[in-house]
Amino acid sequence: MRDLSRRQFLAGTTAAAAAATVRAPFAHAQKRGGTMRFIPHADLKVLDPIWTTAYITRNHSYMIYDTLFGTDDKLQIKPQMVDKWGSTDRGMKWSFTLRDGLKWHDGPPVVAEDAVESIKRWTKRDPLGKLLAAHTAKITPVDKKTFALELAQPFGPVLDALGKPSSNVPFIMPARIAATPDTEQIKEFVGSGPFRFVKDEWQPGNQVVYVRNAEYVPRGDTPSGSTGGKKVNLDKVIWRYIPDAATAAAALDAGEIDWWENPPLDFVPRIEKNAALATFVTDPRGTQGWVRPNHLQPPFNNKKARQALLYMVDQPAYLQAAIGQPKFYKTCPALFTCGGPWESAAGAPPKQDLARARQLLKESGYDGRPVVVLDPTDIALTHGAALVTRELMTQIGFNVDLQSMDWSTVVARRAKKDPPAQGGWNLLFTWWIASDVINPAVHAGISGAGASAWFGWPENGEIEKLKTDWVRATDRGRQKQIAEEIQKIAYDEVMYVPFGQWVLPTAFRKNVQGILQFPAPVFWNVSIA
Amino acid sequence: MLAEVLRRLMATIPVMVVVAIAVFALLHVTPGDPAVIIAGDYATADDIARIRAKLGLDRPFLTQVGIWLSQVVRGDLGTSIFSGLPVSTLIKQRAEATVSLTILAMLISVGVGVPLGIVAAWKKGSWIDRLVMVVAVSGFSMPVFWLGFVLVYVFAISFAWLPVQGYQPLAAGLWPFLRHLILPAVTLSVIYMALVARMTRASMLGVLGEDYIRTAFAKGLPPGRVLVRHALKNASLPVVTIIGIGFALLIGGAVVTESVFALPGLGRLTVDAIVRRDYPVIQGVLLIVSGVYVLINLVIDMLYVVLDPRIRY
Repeated sequence: MRDLSRRQFLAGTTAAAAAATVRAPFAHAQKRGGTMRFIPHADLKVLDPIWTTAYITRNHSYMIYDTLFGTDDKLQIKPQMVDKWGSTDRGMKWSFTLRDGLKWHDGPPVVAEDAVESIKRWTKRDPLGKLLAAHTAKITPVDKKTFALELAQPFGPVLDALGKPSSNVPFIMPARIAATPDTEQIKEFVGSGPFRFVKDEWQPGNQVVYVRNAEYVPRGDTPSGSTGGKKVNLDKVIWRYIPDAATAAAALDAGEIDWWENPPLDFVPRIEKNAALATFVTDPRGTQGWVRPNHLQPPFNNKKARQALLYMVDQPAYLQAAIGQPKFYKTCPALFTCGGPWESAAGAPPKQDLARARQLLKESGYDGRPVVVLDPTDIALTHGAALVTRELMTQIGFNVDLQSMDWSTVVARRAKKDPPAQGGWNLLFTWWIASDVINPAVHAGISGAGASAWFGWPENGEIEKLKTDWVRATDRGRQKQIAEEIQKIAYDEVMYVPFGQWVLPTAFRKNVQGILQFPAPVFWNVSIA
Repeated sequence: MLAEVLRRLMATIPVMVVVAIAVFALLHVTPGDPAVIIAGDYATADDIARIRAKLGLDRPFLTQVGIWLSQVVRGDLGTSIFSGLPVSTLIKQRAEATVSLTILAMLISVGVGVPLGIVAAWKKGSWIDRLVMVVAVSGFSMPVFWLGFVLVYVFAISFAWLPVQGYQPLAAGLWPFLRHLILPAVTLSVIYMALVARMTRASMLGVLGEDYIRTAFAKGLPPGRVLVRHALKNASLPVVTIIGIGFALLIGGAVVTESVFALPGLGRLTVDAIVRRDYPVIQGVLLIVSGVYVLINLVIDMLYVVLDPRIRY
């Protein structure tokens, strides 16, 4: 999520594919009880998972809320709060029945109305939710435990939407809380999830405390990702926010901390040498890096100038500068991520070709005006990518104006559509975890919606039509075909240039067992020996 | 004296108003927009506009200043844009750590720096003087973060005598409280200790050459008594001044120390708020801290009168 919270999430930046995966820390005999001391990637400031897309808020919400469906480690959608579900009328009418034993932390049972109101609020903010809402005729409670969803138009990824693993996740809240307007933060934090939030002990910038929800009834099946039985072994979980990586490493080393979500890669070799510590890649699909041009302003309002960028980018050079350790990264031509169900190399350029890039730039009629490149120097990953970009752009003939700033300034600046000389921009760098770019419905970068597209604002009617076709397709083969068509156009239009994929290891003391693979750190199934 | 204190207290009001308006104005010309940060990646221009309106950021600058000042006058510092918690609550959560750290660091600085300065002045030109000055210059030259990590490595990792990070309030017990503060306080105090030692030495050297000091020694008074009761008292004005400035420096320097030792203090609260452009928090903290600075200066001015009866306001 392109939010401040990602700064520490990728502070030193991160990890590669399965090569880096140390053995999965599954427990043979899990001990019950104990307190887990955990260093999250960012400080928890916002508690409303619909109001913000920040990963830290998503992670917090997985502690206290539950979801109707979840995503397992093979990206399969499976029921979580739902017991029975089904569709009729060729997928136009859906029915969902909640399982027994679901209770809110303040006592009352979870009812269908809670789920309906929660979904409604989520569909006002989340892009996939908005798509679902646009295809929905009505969603209503049928009885205390059952609700019905009636589509107005075919919509293939109904279950994918309800089981969406990353921000914004359709967490289920009590109806009275879910009735809060989406522009306002919720003020009560009552969930039905495996942990309870101890608000009185919450100190933004310091600590967040959770205790086991003794009333929680887990499913009976094996836990995997956010699916299966969320069996809680820990009595208490304390998130201690330690912004300085060296301090965090020392605290883990000294045994003051049990689990560190995302150590910067510089620290990983030292951690791996410590016999008391271990590392593990919880999200093997990892993260994708982008070079994003502004399609509204010259020179990148010209397709050939954008294509010059496409042939300019050399993924290994970017990954080396941004990530540094080859075992944590890999090159990847797939815009819908390598390792995902829609992986494809369709439309990708075969390799870097600076001569062709120069030629394309010349053909674009580029007049030598300064190209403003936003360089967030407080994030090692994007700063490295920015420096490589300046070097390569200069080589192919751009006049580069590399502007250094902090990430908060980038976040404000990237929203400006003005010409670069008036506070706008030409090129920026960002990154997304695989779950957020894994298919055409959730991928923010592949949108031709112009002014309402993600920053950079590409306009392309064909892409929009194909995305609609994709969500309306119910056949997997047809979806695959459409996804490839979309990728070809996205590459041809150069909506953005991917500069590779990498993974992030997590680090923990060896007495911690049962960490699951999932994009967010989850604490069910985890125990301290 | 009391009238002077009251007069000076009244004089702080316009100072605080100017500080408040300056802080507000500076923040609002700084690049960055909390509404954009809150809105997230998928927000449309309308979403951002709605959030700005909700936060009151779309109002004219003077209106925003007016609203904020009227809240402050009523004792309401506002609410954090992000956490939704009152700024006063956030400050209360953090103030104890920073105040404890600052006071302990000041005690160490003065407790060690002043005796070192006295001894160095008394033994001027000797190896003791040179050693003290080498220590002072070294202390002054050491980056706080570097010293912090060295102390952590030695005392927390190698010997495991003290914790690496964290804070325990005094309510948790004196030893847990001190255990968590010793390393940060020593780290923070070293630079200031060096400054106090050098200032004390320089000030004492001027006084030790006076006739009344020679007379005191000639009368056979023990050196300790001459140095402390006769010399130090008269050399103390510049030292007191530097201690006053030091409080301000320590509060500023605490940002780095709090980060190195993960202490939940006001320094980190401010930095976090600046990074997120959480305007109410930044404004509230800066207003309180600047108020503390003004009060410290007032106390120092009053101490001048106590230490030197010749001074009148």
